[in-house]
Amino acid sequence: MSEIIVVTSGKGGVGKTTTSAAIAAGLAKQGHKTVVIDFDVGLRNLDIVMGCERRVVYDFVNIIHGEAALSQTLIKDKREPNLFILPASQTRDKEALTLDGVGRVLEELKQQFSYIICDSPAGIETGALMAMYYADRAIVVTNPEVSSVRDSDRILGILASKTRRAEQGETPISEHLLLTRYSLERVATGEMLSVQDVQEILAVPLLGVIPESKAVLRASNTGTPVIFDETSDAGQAYSDAVERLLGKDKPHRFIGEKKKGLFRRLFDRSKEEQLA
Amino acid sequence: MATDAFQLKGSLFTLTVLQLHQADMDSLTHQLDRLVQQAPKFFQHTPVVIDLQAVQQVNGAIDFAQLADQLRQRGMIPVGVRNGSTAQQQAAIAAKFAILNATTSKAESHPGDTAVESSVTSMPNKPSLMIHKPIRSGQQVYAQGGDLIVTAPVSQGAELLADGNIHIYAALRGRALAGIQGDSQARIFCQHLAAELVSIAGHYMVNEALQQVSYNKPHQIYLAADKLLISPLG
Repeated sequence: MSEIIVVTSGKGGVGKTTTSAAIAAGLAKQGHKTVVIDFDVGLRNLDIVMGCERRVVYDFVNIIHGEAALSQTLIKDKREPNLFILPASQTRDKEALTLDGVGRVLEELKQQFSYIICDSPAGIETGALMAMYYADRAIVVTNPEVSSVRDSDRILGILASKTRRAEQGETPISEHLLLTRYSLERVATGEMLSVQDVQEILAVPLLGVIPESKAVLRASNTGTPVIFDETSDAGQAYSDAVERLLGKDKPHRFIGEKKKGLFRRLFDRSKEEQLA
Repeated sequence: MATDAFQLKGSLFTLTVLQLHQADMDSLTHQLDRLVQQAPKFFQHTPVVIDLQAVQQVNGAIDFAQLADQLRQRGMIPVGVRNGSTAQQQAAIAAKFAILNATTSKAESHPGDTAVESSVTSMPNKPSLMIHKPIRSGQQVYAQGGDLIVTAPVSQGAELLADGNIHIYAALRGRALAGIQGDSQARIFCQHLAAELVSIAGHYMVNEALQQVSYNKPHQIYLAADKLLISPLG
């Protein structure tokens, strides 16, 4: 039984592609045959983060339009035998995706893969809707700041109303919150929302907290999913998140002690400023 | 392949019906003036059908051209007549009125009624709308004709609407508008008041003003003497 997992956020630049690459690589490392799809047609990045940008021949849009076969298009990862990448087209736009076309490709992928990770583009338009429509689970990537939290909230609303599971009245998509770029020091000084604050607002189970880390930028630049950097804090945090995704109970690391009080006031003040 | 320029379809509309009780043009224009004065915007470009049932037996012709003219002067658009006698229908056609199917109105009309029915009707007792999932930014929930009960948080950017009361057994961070059809008895109850806006029967308060009053605790919001009051609960 294969599962489709969408990695989404609403807001851009919060770490969707980094997360997609890390989670896909992590699942593959655990022995599950996994494919990660770049839905960001026209602005593809996943190939770079996965380090396969020089091996792209065909892309997702080619398959949808019947111009290439799946086997020709899938790129096999050189590090992990269970890991495959389906790159986006860089020369097209999001309108090249159709619900029918995406559905057909996902159906075909389900025959071969245990996990299908959909790396959603930012926004709430066509590309993002296509990425989430067929999902069974959703990882909502959020930074600990108010605008990111609000956008995630919006995406959670769309997940609950505009996806196949919602439209057909099936069991709703299971939602997971992944907090990225978390900095304990900045939470302590009240510059950032704490895990508790974000969870209180979004009311979604926490999949993991990824600390702000130099390892993430280094990983992106070298085309290595950060989860392969086993000594880094971010890599370890992603490993934990993958285990939780697979149903294991792991205590959260990198979240420090409970911190509340000072933030509350700051949050209310920033809200006031937005309204003014 | 050439496509058709248009397609004809049947559709149902709600139209304002002006039930004529007497053929006297002066009293008619007099009443029209009063009506339009009360609600000038309401009758702008309003299509109107003239019901002639009460004046079918009246001797003497109705001047349909003048009637249409008087209505137009006050912003209404006369479109047709119904329930007229044969002679009246002929006259109406001559004045470019449409003849609409004669239907007998369900309620007997009484002289003295105005053409526009009172908009305040008693609310039928509808069951409450209950929501147990978080209401997210961008989502809107409307409990038509009754109360709205929410047992999960309401996010910033979400909007709750109810003709009756609104109960939130969690944090209210979005907007809540109770009594939106004008019920000034409606109230809002919440466990944690951090709303962007609260409103009862059109009287509203925004977040900035709410923070002056009280915040972040269980509260109820209600109207007293046209003033929005916020009082702590428990």
